[in-house]
Amino acid sequence: MRKIGLISFLLVCFAFLSGCEKFLSVDPPYSQDVENFFQSPEDYDRALTGAYDMLQGSFMTLWIGEIASDNAIAGGESVNDSQGLHQIDNMTHGGVNNELRNVFRWNYTGITRANYILEHKDNIDFVGKDHILAEAKFLRAYYYFELVKYFGDVPLIIDKRIGIEEALQIPRSPKSEVYAQIEKDFSEAAQVLNPIAAQKGRATKGAALAFLGKVYLYQNKFSDAAATFDEVINSGSYSLIPNYNDLFSVANENNSETVFDVQYTGLEGGSYGCLICLEGNAAVGFQGIRQYNGPVYGDGNSYNLPTQELYDAFSPIDSRRTATVLDIDAFIAAQPNASSITYAIGAGGHTGFYNNKYIKRQGEIGLPDNDLTSPVNYRVMRFADVLLMAAEAHYQLGNASQAQSLVNQVRTRAGVPGITVNSIDKIYKERRYELSGEGLRFFDLVRTGQAADYIQGFVPGKHELFPIPQVEIDLAGGNWAQNPGY
Amino acid sequence: MIRKLLLFPAFLLLSNLFFAQKGVVSGYVKNELNLGLPFVKIQLKGQNIGATSDGSGFYELNVPDISSGTLVYTLLGFEKQEVALTGKKTIDITLKESINENQEVVVVGYGSAKSKEFTGANSKVNGENIEKLNITRVDQALQGQVAGVNISTNSGSPGGSSNIRIRGLSTFGDNDPLILVDGIVYDSEGLNALNPSDIKSINVLKDATAGIYGVRAANGVIIVETKKGSLNSKPQIEYNAFYGLQQTSRKLDLLNATEYAIIKNEMFGLGGQAMPFNNTNLGDGTSWQDSVFQSAPIQSHNLSINGGTLNTRYSIGLGYLTQDGIVGGPKANFSRYNARLNFSTDLSSKLKLNSVLLYSNDSRSTLPENGIGSVLYNTINAFPTVPIKKPNGQFSYMEEVSDIINPIAQMQNQYNWNIANKVVGKEEFIYNFNDHLSFTNRINYNAAIVDGKVFSPLVWYGDGKYANTALNEDLESPTVEIATGTEIERGAAVYEERSTFVDLTFESYMNYERTFDSIHKIKGTGGVSIFQRKGNSLNGTAFGIPNNSVDYADISANTAQGGYLNNVNSWEFKERLVSAFLRAEYSLKDRYLFSTILRRDGSSKFGPNSRYGFFPTFSAGWILSDESFYKIKFIDYAKVRLSYGVSGNDQIPNFAYRGLLNGEGVYVFDDLITQGVAIGRPSNPDLKWETTRQLNVGLDLTFWKKLDFTTNYFIKNTFDLLFQPDVTAILGSYGPGGYPPIINAGNVSNKGLELELAYHLKKFKDFSADLNVNVTTLSNKVTKVPTGIDYIPGASFSVGGDVATRFQEGYEIGYFFGYETAGVFQTQDEIDNAAVVQEGAKPGDLIFVDQNGDGVINFNDDSDKTNLGSPIPDFTFGFSFNLRYKGFDVSGMVYSAIGQEIIRNFERQQPYANQLGYVIDRWTGPGSTNEHPRLTTEATRNNIFSSYFVEDGSFARLKNIQIGYTLPKKILKRIKVESLRFYIAGNNLLTLTKYQGFDPDISSSSALSAGVDYGFYPQAKNIMGGVQLKF
Repeated sequence: MRKIGLISFLLVCFAFLSGCEKFLSVDPPYSQDVENFFQSPEDYDRALTGAYDMLQGSFMTLWIGEIASDNAIAGGESVNDSQGLHQIDNMTHGGVNNELRNVFRWNYTGITRANYILEHKDNIDFVGKDHILAEAKFLRAYYYFELVKYFGDVPLIIDKRIGIEEALQIPRSPKSEVYAQIEKDFSEAAQVLNPIAAQKGRATKGAALAFLGKVYLYQNKFSDAAATFDEVINSGSYSLIPNYNDLFSVANENNSETVFDVQYTGLEGGSYGCLICLEGNAAVGFQGIRQYNGPVYGDGNSYNLPTQELYDAFSPIDSRRTATVLDIDAFIAAQPNASSITYAIGAGGHTGFYNNKYIKRQGEIGLPDNDLTSPVNYRVMRFADVLLMAAEAHYQLGNASQAQSLVNQVRTRAGVPGITVNSIDKIYKERRYELSGEGLRFFDLVRTGQAADYIQGFVPGKHELFPIPQVEIDLAGGNWAQNPGY
Repeated sequence: MIRKLLLFPAFLLLSNLFFAQKGVVSGYVKNELNLGLPFVKIQLKGQNIGATSDGSGFYELNVPDISSGTLVYTLLGFEKQEVALTGKKTIDITLKESINENQEVVVVGYGSAKSKEFTGANSKVNGENIEKLNITRVDQALQGQVAGVNISTNSGSPGGSSNIRIRGLSTFGDNDPLILVDGIVYDSEGLNALNPSDIKSINVLKDATAGIYGVRAANGVIIVETKKGSLNSKPQIEYNAFYGLQQTSRKLDLLNATEYAIIKNEMFGLGGQAMPFNNTNLGDGTSWQDSVFQSAPIQSHNLSINGGTLNTRYSIGLGYLTQDGIVGGPKANFSRYNARLNFSTDLSSKLKLNSVLLYSNDSRSTLPENGIGSVLYNTINAFPTVPIKKPNGQFSYMEEVSDIINPIAQMQNQYNWNIANKVVGKEEFIYNFNDHLSFTNRINYNAAIVDGKVFSPLVWYGDGKYANTALNEDLESPTVEIATGTEIERGAAVYEERSTFVDLTFESYMNYERTFDSIHKIKGTGGVSIFQRKGNSLNGTAFGIPNNSVDYADISANTAQGGYLNNVNSWEFKERLVSAFLRAEYSLKDRYLFSTILRRDGSSKFGPNSRYGFFPTFSAGWILSDESFYKIKFIDYAKVRLSYGVSGNDQIPNFAYRGLLNGEGVYVFDDLITQGVAIGRPSNPDLKWETTRQLNVGLDLTFWKKLDFTTNYFIKNTFDLLFQPDVTAILGSYGPGGYPPIINAGNVSNKGLELELAYHLKKFKDFSADLNVNVTTLSNKVTKVPTGIDYIPGASFSVGGDVATRFQEGYEIGYFFGYETAGVFQTQDEIDNAAVVQEGAKPGDLIFVDQNGDGVINFNDDSDKTNLGSPIPDFTFGFSFNLRYKGFDVSGMVYSAIGQEIIRNFERQQPYANQLGYVIDRWTGPGSTNEHPRLTTEATRNNIFSSYFVEDGSFARLKNIQIGYTLPKKILKRIKVESLRFYIAGNNLLTLTKYQGFDPDISSSSALSAGVDYGFYPQAKNIMGGVQLKF
């Protein structure tokens, strides 16, 4: 009898277990879940903000685009300080490089966040949804364009998130396919987006077109490029601001020349542990003057230092020289209390010059740690750039006079006399004068086939692309071939 | 029956006829403490004649014959005793306590077993041995005491935790065993709250028989029993206290100012840069270590009262401990108050109540430790040429390296407190239907309120320092623009947090035990367990704390205008576990033992696809020495054991199977920070628990009744490891607030041999001794990594440097992977003529080994990197002794771990950072040394991760030594003291190691950074004096 009692007791126990599914279904309290999201227009809007967030990782291009080129050296505290940048500076970079890995990771995160919205594009309908989807496409195209510039062929993932298993099967898509998707996304975005953004910082029609034109230019599709740039120029939405010197101050942000800025703020602190978590522009503080104690500027980490060669490339009468390159010793000597102004030389290298466009200035200092929290926006697409790219496209199509007038618009604003544009090289040179220090130079040199002529140690056939971080190749199943030469 | 009744008087008659001498036997029954025992039943064996002792323990009994028959003395809670009548009229007797006093009983989960009957592998540590160690945390009690259990320290700071690893590293994530205190689940982080003096015994279940705990048993189970009172005993009061002083067990050999200046001049000079020191004759300069390390007090007081009546037992304990840090003193203080009540009573003849209540209040302050930015990291790297304070009284800056700050100033600016109030207990009702069947129902609770506070003053460590929170040296506050044109000062900040955790467990089970035909013994246990844990937290940060002063460090004191800047946050979670279990044991003739365990668990930690798990275990034992053919005389006892079973590990964060929108998606629109959402962790609906399959073969032998020998060989294979490896970037989880998903992937195997030897010399004249030795060997191997992945990267070397540790098939977990060095290039000729091309090498640089034999050292991929060691010891060894002669006693414990390596990662590879003394032997020219490379500020590859930075971490440490004297009873009786002992003790007085860092006994809770030394807070060496007093 007792045994029967015991056995029935145990049976009850096991039976009880099967009936406790409900007891075990515990939902995370008070939180929205990945799968139950996109129930309201606000959900879409918030996810879109998340997709914009990854733009803030673009400061890495501000560094690498300069340091890899003849414009700047890596600098910093020592050669072991951001070792990856020093290797890129010396063209000794390989498959182990933290900075390149960040570029790879951050842009794929941006893509994933945009894809997350586009994956759920049909959940609900509401007024303004097309606009949100257009912004998501713009962002996805932006991130893919970054990846293609750095790495060439990259895995193309569209409108979905992928799981671990699937990730191991995905090949690198040919560059042409990725470009086709980028063109498609920018074009579709341009059709929907408004010429003027509802909020400062959002993508506009002009921005989508300008990037589309740039993408064409990178593929040498000159007539498409010219037509697209002309549409931006003829829209009348943009004009050059009168004074070149005002371009990079916080006070003058989002002006008539702004086609697209990556927005930063100094209102939130941060830590070195997670540069992508910052809301400030890390490049600016890092590019500040090492242990500087004096007027106008703030102290920083002496990264991304312009070279003497860049300084010398400018005509002395070109006001863009001092606006672009800060000759620190000359600057100090010109101050009334010069002897009390101090700064230090980092063991990572010293040229005597600092990037005067993106540099920590007093009055533009964010919260502690202010090396990380600069509010200075990264001007990733300026109207002057559009004009020069348009000039390039038109020149390549044989329309030298239009190219010349575009180039001279830019020169006039800078206060230098116009030139006769009788070679493509003059446009290339003008790009350097106008756009140095803005993260474009290396990619311009590669795109125009000039890199080997200007960059010491550049091996043609190899250094046009950066290597895919070896660890990323391994983590994706080891099926991707490394870029040639690495 | 009828026949017996008839025979009985006949027998009486017969015996009376010849021998009978009627009489009265009287006497006194006492316990081992010489206290009279009331209610003792005294019975003439086989007859219906008996009596009961009175309130003082005296008894009287009329017997038919005072020289024949046997008296039987019984009292619940005491061992039965029999005395033959020999004609004596007075029989005084001492009864021994039986319950749990008996070493032979082991608690095995939902029941207990006699050690002889137990078929699993376990090890036990007794309270007396724990007390001798003078430790502050219970986990330290297990180091070196038990074979197969490896305790390594996470931090030597007061209140710092240890890693408890039973039979190796079997998972990637949480390797902590399940810890039960009187049956109540206790997480290992919460062990700070437990007072080691309250512990009666610790039993470690190491093999598959821990499977009665199913999904939580894969890392082994530690069963802690707290002290209990004794039935029928008068209150016994015990007071124990010790006071000690602690010092660092080691200081590093760092450069003094002169050496530093010479070395740095050389470095800069060779790097083609200006030499920083014109004058290198700077004397010794500042010894930062001497200023940072201090002598710190530790003291502990414990008071307990134990006792019981006929059917009630109680034990009350009070404890206080306070310990300052050897770094930071009171800034790293740990203090704890404990109160404990254990109470058992018979509510009726069949219903028994066991009640446990443990209260603790512990508070801890900490300094940044074990990482870049920690006090010791700054101490090691600070320049000896700089004074601690400048002549003007200000702390000096070390501006040449942005991430090294003045460690003395840093300590002064740290203000944090973490206070945990914890109530743990159970109410357990046991209903005994009869001698065979009992039914237990109990509710366990574990509730904690944890309060934290951090005050962050405005501080300034010099230009460009990452740790600055002020704008400048004058400690001006940064301002924040809260609206266009409106700027307010941020000021000093205070962060406060309150978190509440409540665990509730309801358990109901039946125990059945019966012997049939005197040879078939069966035992059965079956029941259910329901567990729920809830936690929530509310925290807030306030700015504008007045006067930048800790005196106002409270949210209420904030002066942030309009509450701008101040912010709040909260979180909440809930987890549940429902289980059913069954254990059946059968023994034939007490020597063939069989046991089987089945457990089914359902856990809310996993998704609907894989919520339930089933865990079976089988074990068997054979007591050879009880066989009739057994003839080996010098081995009194011999037993073989075998067990095999499956258990699980569910130690992952809650809701890990779900994708969560807990990433950070914040962007700036219209110059305002705009909150969006982003996926934090991607989902993995197929997530399930890891399973461990473990085989154990064991042998127990006792030689000459003095020497116990136990050995176990085990193979422990863990499958479907739960972990969160780095995943491919294309999953898109590396944004702010993003992290990789938790997946099941990979297998790990642990194999090992454990030996335990215990020698007891009971009495030899006035001398007695206990000696214990244990040895564990362990071989750990990753047997599978996730499909398509060659390895999982672990900890990185230096700041932003190479990945130095890996999880890779065929290697130990977290093994070190880098370049192997083969000396130093002496001349350019040597480089030019070398068989292997090493790009960029110059004379004085490290020579790397060409592992793949392609003639080139490849720095772009891993083809020339190799296995440089692992943090897992090949074997660990513990030796403890306890010798007593008359009133004197000496005890001690030695722990040793051999065969592991440590990565020396506390040197900041920056030109100005101070260095270890070995750089004096650097390469300075051909033939100078073949060991240490040249020093220069130019780019070299000498600082990439190589065997140059890997050191042998083997060590042997005298953990504890204690000399005591117990005063003779004669003297004590006069002052009515039961026992009084004084002792002096030393912990960690001696460490033998070749390792250059602070402490070779290092670890990390992360399996992949276990052997990486970031400037570890060393364990203190201390000398203590103490007293133990009993009334």
